[in-house]
Amino acid sequence: MEASSVGVEQNDIEQLRQHAYRIRRNALLMGEVQGQGYVGQALGVSDVLAVAYFRHLNFKPSDPEWEGRDRFLLSIGHYAIALYAALVEAGIVDEQEIDNYGSDDSILPMSGMAAYTPGMEITGGSLGHGLGIGVGMALGLKRKQSASRIYNLLSDGELNEGATWEAAASAAHWKLDNLVAIVDVNDQQADDKSSTVLNYEPIADKWQAFGWETWRVDGNNLEALVEAFDAAVNSTSDKPRVVICNTLMGCGVPFLEERDKTHFIRVDENEWSLALQQLDEVYGVTGQEQKA
Amino acid sequence: MSVKKKLKTSAMIASIAAEGQPTTAAPFGHALVEAAQGNERIVGMTADLGKYTDLHVFAQQFPDRYYQMGMAEQLLMSAGAGMAREGFVPFVTTYSVFASRRAYDFICMAIAEERLNVKIVSALPGLTTGYGPSHQATEDIAIFRGMPNLTIIDPCDALDIEQATPAIADFDGPVYMRLLRGKVPRVLDRFDDYQFEIGKAKRLMSGGDALIIASGLMTMRAIEAADELAKQGVKVSVLHCPTIKPLDNATIIEEVRRHAGKPVFVAENHTVVGGLGEAVAGVLIREQVMANFHQIGLPDEFLDAGALPTLHDRYGISTREVVRKVEGVLAA
Repeated sequence: MEASSVGVEQNDIEQLRQHAYRIRRNALLMGEVQGQGYVGQALGVSDVLAVAYFRHLNFKPSDPEWEGRDRFLLSIGHYAIALYAALVEAGIVDEQEIDNYGSDDSILPMSGMAAYTPGMEITGGSLGHGLGIGVGMALGLKRKQSASRIYNLLSDGELNEGATWEAAASAAHWKLDNLVAIVDVNDQQADDKSSTVLNYEPIADKWQAFGWETWRVDGNNLEALVEAFDAAVNSTSDKPRVVICNTLMGCGVPFLEERDKTHFIRVDENEWSLALQQLDEVYGVTGQEQKA
Repeated sequence: MSVKKKLKTSAMIASIAAEGQPTTAAPFGHALVEAAQGNERIVGMTADLGKYTDLHVFAQQFPDRYYQMGMAEQLLMSAGAGMAREGFVPFVTTYSVFASRRAYDFICMAIAEERLNVKIVSALPGLTTGYGPSHQATEDIAIFRGMPNLTIIDPCDALDIEQATPAIADFDGPVYMRLLRGKVPRVLDRFDDYQFEIGKAKRLMSGGDALIIASGLMTMRAIEAADELAKQGVKVSVLHCPTIKPLDNATIIEEVRRHAGKPVFVAENHTVVGGLGEAVAGVLIREQVMANFHQIGLPDEFLDAGALPTLHDRYGISTREVVRKVEGVLAA
């Protein structure tokens, strides 16, 4: 990846790149445990999570409910595998839990739920809930005069839900400058391509019209993500902020990038090790470096 | 109840008070203000129905603790959940139809699944407006009874609301309370030792000829019916059951056993499907308590628009109709 031209230290980008690598690796390891999982989405959104968690979020790994933390809300419960991968990388979830992913009594169930997992702020899965909860939490933080922020990761499919737009209107109405929405646009939802199921464009115009400060970036380009997130977080406007991230499902594993895209991307039993191997190749990682 | 002046139709703001009956204006709003004076965590939130749920009283007193969320009930419930996550005790208000029908998934997953401290207070429960099915929440209890973790309260009158409001504010967990608003009758003051308690049914009247178990405004009707029947020498017990869930099984069983062989009526401002009546029936069957069991409630239909007194007569929940039903069963 090329050096940034916007004043971001190359060193920072390299560190984020390493975080993104390990998030991807954690997700693949979890997928391998169950032989399935939403790894296509997880690989796609790993760079976004790396920038969110390791450049902007305030958190204490030993105290996931620390009052001063920033709150990261995962509306899209099926992306839990991606967030677990980031929570492991952040030290909030123990790495050994990867082996229990999706199993009975695991703290890492297939769909993200607040009661199960440290660092999982809300129960997602019924889409269209997260941004509204985020509005209430952002109002609550303001009542407490807290400097913490709310981040809410949504998907393009979730923009089908009317409740998302109720919340979008409300966030602007209340001038929730402590709320950052992140929309993962991978153009894939349950039945088909999102643009075929219910065309979401022009997304940026819609958020802008709803009164949000809006950025749209390549969600697999760390420099672009850093630039957009820095601008969104540091903006002095009184508007809520949204970073719309175009991502590639399977990103970082070439044979999955090229595979026919579906909501639940197929990975055969013998392909997990290949996926991990290709990921290492893409990042130039040798076997001994993996645990770094 | 025989007085029939010109009745106005479609009475959205109709009071359920009979003429000359003592009433209190906006008991919920005033009770919430009092509770909020002692608890800074209480906030009020509404979906464009502050004035119609008596929350305007709170808004006037605590403008900075009042959140007008717009006509968006899904957002109202989600944002209430968010407020509760941050340690506040949000009282969120709308109409019962919108809470139960439109916002169900948001109450279920954002609030109840995580046992968050949100108090849902909703006006126009059952048949308390003549507006027709769009505003008549005849099945709200049936909808909510299946939701785990949710406590359901159906207060009878102004006194009940005055006592239930601080009680649910102090209670740790999600609550759905059906609200009588505007000029709300006062009928429980005459029972000196009455005290609302979450989860408790209270015997208000004792008589040996029949038992009426009731909640909400039907407790008021049951008391009035018992007074009427007493004039004819028929002595009726009234058990007020303002907590629909969790139901006070022990007291219900005890009262039904005390009336062995006598008719037991369950009276509710709700469809006979899935409400207090069937809840009581379930308790009795599970405990193998046989009863001469009768339901007084709304039919399993979309109801007519019209004036409330007319509709209460038509659908069998007026005092006159309760008296008639009890008499009919006793005469059979």
